[in-house]
Order: sequence, then structure tokens, then C-alpha cells
Amino acid sequence: MSEITPDLVRHLAGLARIDLTEDEVIRFTEQLSVIVDSVAKISNIIDADTPATSHPIPLTNVFREDVVLPSLTQEQALSGAPDQAQGRFRVSAILDEE
Amino acid sequence: MSELIKKTAAELVELMAKGEVSSVEVTQAHIDQINKVGDAVHSFLFTSPETALATAKEVDRRRAAGESLPTLAGLPIAVKDNLTTTDAPTTAGSKILEGWVAPYDATVVTKLRNELMPILGKTNLDEFAMGSSTEFSAFGPSKNPWDLTRIPGGSGGGSSSVVSSFQSPLAIGSDTGGSIRFPGAVTGTVGTKPTYGAVSRYGLIALASSLDQIGPVARNVLDAAYLQDVIAGHDPHDSTSLTQSLGSMVAAAKRGSLKGKKFGLIKQLSGAGFQQGVQNRFAEAIKIITDAGGEIVEVDCPSFDYAIDAYYLILPAEASSNLAKFDSVRFGMRVTPEGNPTIDKVMAATRELGFGPEVKRRIILGTYALSAGSFDKFYGAAQKVRTLIQRDFDNAFAKADILISPTAPTTAFKFGEKVADPLAMYLNDIATIPANLAGIPGMSVPIGLADEDNLPVGIQFLAPNYQDAKLYEVGAALEGILEGIWGKRMIDFAPNLEVK
Repeated sequence: MSEITPDLVRHLAGLARIDLTEDEVIRFTEQLSVIVDSVAKISNIIDADTPATSHPIPLTNVFREDVVLPSLTQEQALSGAPDQAQGRFRVSAILDEE
Repeated sequence: MSELIKKTAAELVELMAKGEVSSVEVTQAHIDQINKVGDAVHSFLFTSPETALATAKEVDRRRAAGESLPTLAGLPIAVKDNLTTTDAPTTAGSKILEGWVAPYDATVVTKLRNELMPILGKTNLDEFAMGSSTEFSAFGPSKNPWDLTRIPGGSGGGSSSVVSSFQSPLAIGSDTGGSIRFPGAVTGTVGTKPTYGAVSRYGLIALASSLDQIGPVARNVLDAAYLQDVIAGHDPHDSTSLTQSLGSMVAAAKRGSLKGKKFGLIKQLSGAGFQQGVQNRFAEAIKIITDAGGEIVEVDCPSFDYAIDAYYLILPAEASSNLAKFDSVRFGMRVTPEGNPTIDKVMAATRELGFGPEVKRRIILGTYALSAGSFDKFYGAAQKVRTLIQRDFDNAFAKADILISPTAPTTAFKFGEKVADPLAMYLNDIATIPANLAGIPGMSVPIGLADEDNLPVGIQFLAPNYQDAKLYEVGAALEGILEGIWGKRMIDFAPNLEVK
């Protein structure tokens, strides 16, 4: 049986910064339990000696010369921002007042 | 219906080069078709007829002045809405980006502009390309032109329905687990996922960076080849972009041959459990390949039985990381709760309202797969399965030049059939996912209609990494034989869309 519980879904949603409704917590708990039970069978075919692959094509150390190239202007970079001030992204308080 | 829109991209290019038809005429004919069927099919999230016509006029002017022009100059195209464009909004099918205009063009878009191709608009997709039906688009699903009550495939159902309803001769798609090939199969069109890195991903809103690849969507193999040749190539903006050239796909398609090649029939994807009509068309295609001098060998890929499971750990893990950028700070939606909330609360409220159900489901699944207690058991294990799948492909390609399977287990299903059951939806991708895990190129080519529902069926060709040209060579050959048997093209079987 899967270890997915409503509390775990709430915890994961907190980590992912998604303020789920209680209905969603219940629905995702059910759906993710089914998915996790199903995908867990991959442990059947691997062993400790199987190397992991993170990337389909072998590429290493893709570098370029360390020179300044054209990039977005400050105005362009801010063009999609929901709020801005003095040429910067403006956000609400980082820390709680308490 | 204008005769122009029924022509292939290759035919239109030739007519324009000879001066028999102008780019403005070709572009206007497609705009007329968009105006006629666009609402019914709902392929586009945004159309740009004025800028498309402006490009067309420019091409006609330069052609009249005797200038030498790029091959596809003047040929209209549609672009999937997860590629950034500076002159049109980019939503990726999500409310969280509604109305956003990117400050830079995707490299593929730049290449289309350099080719002087009029861009007709941005096509619909499942939100952030997560889905197989477009039912997860925040802006409503696209319809399958063969039957408007059915899905056009996903995530690239906008692009597949655009070309299959003659609103554009070509379109751009992106394929993370089958999002070009599955829509191609269910709409009777051709779609290719090139070798990973063959086409720059710069400006593609990332879903799963180690799986995503941009590719062509077309009504036949040669047209897809023309488009792949335009969009492929190294790009310093994408560090995973291949530095070597893969050759000319157009030349491969024109060469078109099945003779003397070994085709590996993948035991695990040979059609058992697939819809009967899919199996029947696939069996006929095998017979045609054999009659044309191809040899069929069976290949065993035992770890493919675990491909979907590994994929649905790797993809959500990468997606949960990629989608962290939608934080209400730099672009897109911001929802500020009542009171005096901290930025954390603003982010959580924004992501709750901005993301749809499938995106939230996958972000939470990915966060779980990457979390400290389950990393080895899930994400780490899935990466090992990826190695096993690559080894299966290596063994298979030691015996065969090309691998074959049906592209999908069923024809287009009805809206609502699978939307509430994530696992059932994920099974559509059973034949397409292994290629993304291994990076290899794949193509879906139409092979006729299923007996039970008269809906399109596709065959999938897979080739080793960097050998995309082989797909075009065998794809064009099979297509040519089938068109000879039918006496017409696959798309000519599609019912005429009668819309008011």
C-alpha cells in the first residue's frame, strides 16, 4: 500500500508553494496513491549495480568564452513583471511581521 | 474550400517559386480557412493574420525584385504556444501566463522568421504540455477534425488539428513523451521527434528538460522533412544542442526506400492489447514493408514494460523543478490574498489559482519523487531504468536498422473518457515514451483507418540517435506505397468540415 496520506500531500504542496483546497488534498491523495503504487514496481528490475542515466545524450563541460554578450535590457527583463519599482521586481514582505 | 490549402507544403513552395501563386494568396487562403473552421476546431490560442500577411507581402516584393529567397519563404506556419514570441502572447496553455508577451523569441521562431515564413498564430496545448488530449488546456480543448467529439491528441493537439483541418500546411510541435507523435497518429498526419538536441530548446517553456524536443508537424513526410531542415542546427543558447549536422532530411525523404533494411518489431509493443483496428493496419504495414524488400526481425526490449513508470517519475521531478519559476515575481499572474501576506503566501495563492489540476498533480508527485526519504526509491530508481531502456535500444539496433510499433494503442478517444483517470491517460504514451528516455528520434506516419471507427492509425518508426534521416527515408517510402494503394493521400479520407 502507498504511503501517500492527506498530511503528506499538504506537506508536499507546502514545499511546492501551492495552496491546495481540502477537496484537492483528498482527490490528489487518492490519485497519487494509485500512481505511486504503480510506478513503485520499477524497483523490481534494477539493482545496486545499475548505473543511473540523467541525460539521453552524453555531453560534458559545455563551455563558452567568458565574454560579455548582448542580453535583455533592464526594461525588457521587467516587461512581464506583475509589479516593479525603481527598475526592480517588487514583491511583498519576505518575513512575517510576527 | 480553396484548392490552395489542400496542397502540400512542397507543392506550394514550388508554385510560389515559379510565380504561379503569391505568398499573399497562399497566406490569405489559410487565413480564410481559419476564419471558417477555427472556432469549431479551436486549434489556435492566438492568431496573427496581419503580421502573417505583412511577411507574405515582403516575400512577394522580394521575389518580384529577383532576390534569392530561403526555401520555405512565403509558406505559412503555426507555432505551438509553449515557444516564446515577441509579437504575440505565450501562454503554454496556462492561466498563470495569460497575456504574457515574452521579451525574446525562441530560436526556432527566429529561424522561421529568417526563413521568411508567415506565422499564422500560436496553437493550443495541454497546460505546460502535460497531457495527451488538450483537455488540460486552461483555454479549452482542441477538436479532432476527423470527428469533433474526439480528442486531437496531446499535448500538441492544436498543431495536429491545425494541419489536419488545412488551417496551416505546417506547424511546430514539442515532444516530451509523444506530444508530436501521438497527435499525429490520431489526426492522420505526420509528426517527428528529432534526436534530442537536434533542434534548439531555447525559448521552449521547459516541461522536462532531459526529455523535451521540438519537431515538425505536417501532412506528409516530405513536408515534415522540409521543416526539420529549417529548424535543426546548433545553437549556442542551448547547451544541450548538438554540434554536428544530421544531414538533409529532404534528401532522405526524396530517396525514400525500404529495400534491404532490417525492421525490428518490438516484442513489447507489437500490438498485443492494442485496439483491433490498430493491430490490423499495423499488420498490413508490416506486409507492405516486407513486400517492398524490407526484412522484419523481432527484438526484445524487456525494460519497456517499466518505461511509463520511470517516465512518470522523471518527468514530474523535472517539471516540479522547471515550474518553480512561476513564482508571481518576474512574469505572469500574481494573486495577493487578503491582509498583509508574505511573498510565500502570495506565491502559494498564485500557483493554486494559476495552475490547473494535472500540473498541480505532477508538481506534487515530482516533489515527492525528489524528497529526501524517497529519492533513491523513486527518482534514483527511475534513472536506472532509463539506463536499462537505453541498453534495450542498443541491443535492438544491433539487430535492426529501424524499430517499428503502432504509435498509439488506440485511435482518438472521446472527450471526457480518460480525463478523470490519470493512469489511463498516461497509457496512451506507452509506445512513444521509450524514445524520449533514450533521446532517439521517432516519427509517426499514417497507415489507414481502423475498421471499427474509421479513425486514423499511425505507425511509429524509431532510429538510433543522430540517424533521423533513416526515419524520413523509410517513412516517405511507406507513405508513397500506401498512397499508391489508396489512390489518394491519407488526409483526403478526412470528412469535409461543414461548419456554418
